[in-house]
Amino acid sequence: MNLSRSDVLHVARLSALALSEAEVARMTSELSAILNYVEGLATVDISGVAEAGETLAPTPLAPDIPAPSLPTEGALAGAPDRSGAFFQVPRILEEGR
Amino acid sequence: MRNPFFTSLSDFAKGRDDKRFSIEEVTRYFLSRTESLNASLNVCLSTNPNAINRARQLDARLARNGAQSPFYGYPVMVKDNFEMEGFPTTCASKILSGYVSRRTATSVARLLSLGAIVLGKTNLDEFAMGSSTENSAFGPTKNPWNPARVPGGSSGGSAAAVAAGLAPLSLGSDTGGSIRQPAAFCGVLGIKPTYGRISRSGLVAFSSSLDQIGPFALQASDALEALVAMGGRDPLDMTTDDRDPSEMRRDFQTTEIPGLRIGIPAEMFGEGLDSSIRDRLGELRDSLAGSGSREVAVTLPHSRFGINVYYLLATSEASSNLSRFDGVRYGFRVKEPADLRAMYEETRDRGFGDEVKRRILLGTFALSAGYQEAFYRKARKVQALIRGDFLKAFEQCDMILTPTSPSPPFAFGEKTGDPLSMYLSDVYTITANLAGLPALSVPVGLDSQGLPVGAHLIGPPWSEGRLLKVADKISSLYPMPLPEVHAGHPAGFREGGLK
Repeated sequence: MNLSRSDVLHVARLSALALSEAEVARMTSELSAILNYVEGLATVDISGVAEAGETLAPTPLAPDIPAPSLPTEGALAGAPDRSGAFFQVPRILEEGR
Repeated sequence: MRNPFFTSLSDFAKGRDDKRFSIEEVTRYFLSRTESLNASLNVCLSTNPNAINRARQLDARLARNGAQSPFYGYPVMVKDNFEMEGFPTTCASKILSGYVSRRTATSVARLLSLGAIVLGKTNLDEFAMGSSTENSAFGPTKNPWNPARVPGGSSGGSAAAVAAGLAPLSLGSDTGGSIRQPAAFCGVLGIKPTYGRISRSGLVAFSSSLDQIGPFALQASDALEALVAMGGRDPLDMTTDDRDPSEMRRDFQTTEIPGLRIGIPAEMFGEGLDSSIRDRLGELRDSLAGSGSREVAVTLPHSRFGINVYYLLATSEASSNLSRFDGVRYGFRVKEPADLRAMYEETRDRGFGDEVKRRILLGTFALSAGYQEAFYRKARKVQALIRGDFLKAFEQCDMILTPTSPSPPFAFGEKTGDPLSMYLSDVYTITANLAGLPALSVPVGLDSQGLPVGAHLIGPPWSEGRLLKVADKISSLYPMPLPEVHAGHPAGFREGGLK
């Protein structure tokens, strides 16, 4: 299938990627070419086939035991911006709302 | 060029214990070789400033207590998508600029606990996405055999490090062939173990259901010991298996070539395979038969859909795994974004390179409403068929032989303009990841242009020891030379100054 410009913009928004105009044009054609190739899967008969498990055997669950985790200063050590014991990001809500 | 101290891990251990050399001497040799060659090869993204100190401490302790492991003092390099506490981990991406790891990958920690010394961290395709190491934000690594050619990827730096003699052992990760294809391109041994053999904890996740860690080495027995050292249960990765990794050592010792049944899938020797590679593998098949193994024709009818399945499943998982890189907690963030949404979107657009963005978009699409059934779920079903083909083939044979790559190492820029042609260079390796199987690439000499050729062995689950035994046999049939890399002559292969 061929993706349209608006398909790519939709997927870019879902991916949280602000593509430039040039990127949108390039990705539209490149992703279409890749999808046209992978669509070769349509020729495989999968009637009665169950999906593959992710691994060879079912993955056991880890025991739920509380343990110390990364201390605050360690977690914040690489923060691009911080405020006290918090990561700082641009304001989400306007003041007074 | 071979290092002047030892020929293998066990030879290193003997030389160390017999005081033929000190650990510090060995460490200094590899570091200085790296320093002089890195400008031309671009193998290392960072070196370890503590390596010499650690070597001295290990020497001092050795004088008092003796060594408990062959890895005591052994130099290794690690692909820069493994975390090491206190060290930068870049994944060759701008988005992780300035990031310093707060923990150490289990695989690396296990080698360190035996006394290994990490010399440096190696170049890769950004987030391990690529087949040539051209997608690195820090520029491509050069193939030590011919600097006009790619080293393969994504673990191109780790493969080139062993080929160029910058380290005797290195670690890589393999999601669709990222250890085996660069091993073939650089003329070294590389193995991707069974899914669940080695903990992925501390490996930056690309496609969690396909990623596995493995070593590059010159000797099969060295790769074997590295797998045994790193393998086994890890509570930090619940997909690791309980099996005792030393079973691989036992299998290595007991496997015999006479009577071994080697499966040959016609699908993987047909159209699209470079004739020079087909010729080398033809000779290998004759030599193996001469050693008493038996060829069995097998068929893997769904393997031709491997690329299709891979580029839906791996990208789907990548789109989820890479959502954590958002500029909030670490790494790169754009300056003064208009709002939170703009901060996420612009940070990711400028922080990620083209191939990473392409795969995030593709994976997001494959999982999006309306398309999930036709793409992601269909791919999971065809994955089950690919796995089934292998299990059926292993009823008739002990392992399967194929080429590692359809072509010899290609030139820089040859495939960068066409993502799909780059993807197709993984056509023979990718199905082992989809089926969770162990597989390795072992050098079988040079092609007509003097470039390395790799043979690819795929085995049933947990057969690493057997595969390595056959690789060991192949290495004895095809003793592999090493390239002469000369500092300051990026285009030449003259005799190096270090002896």
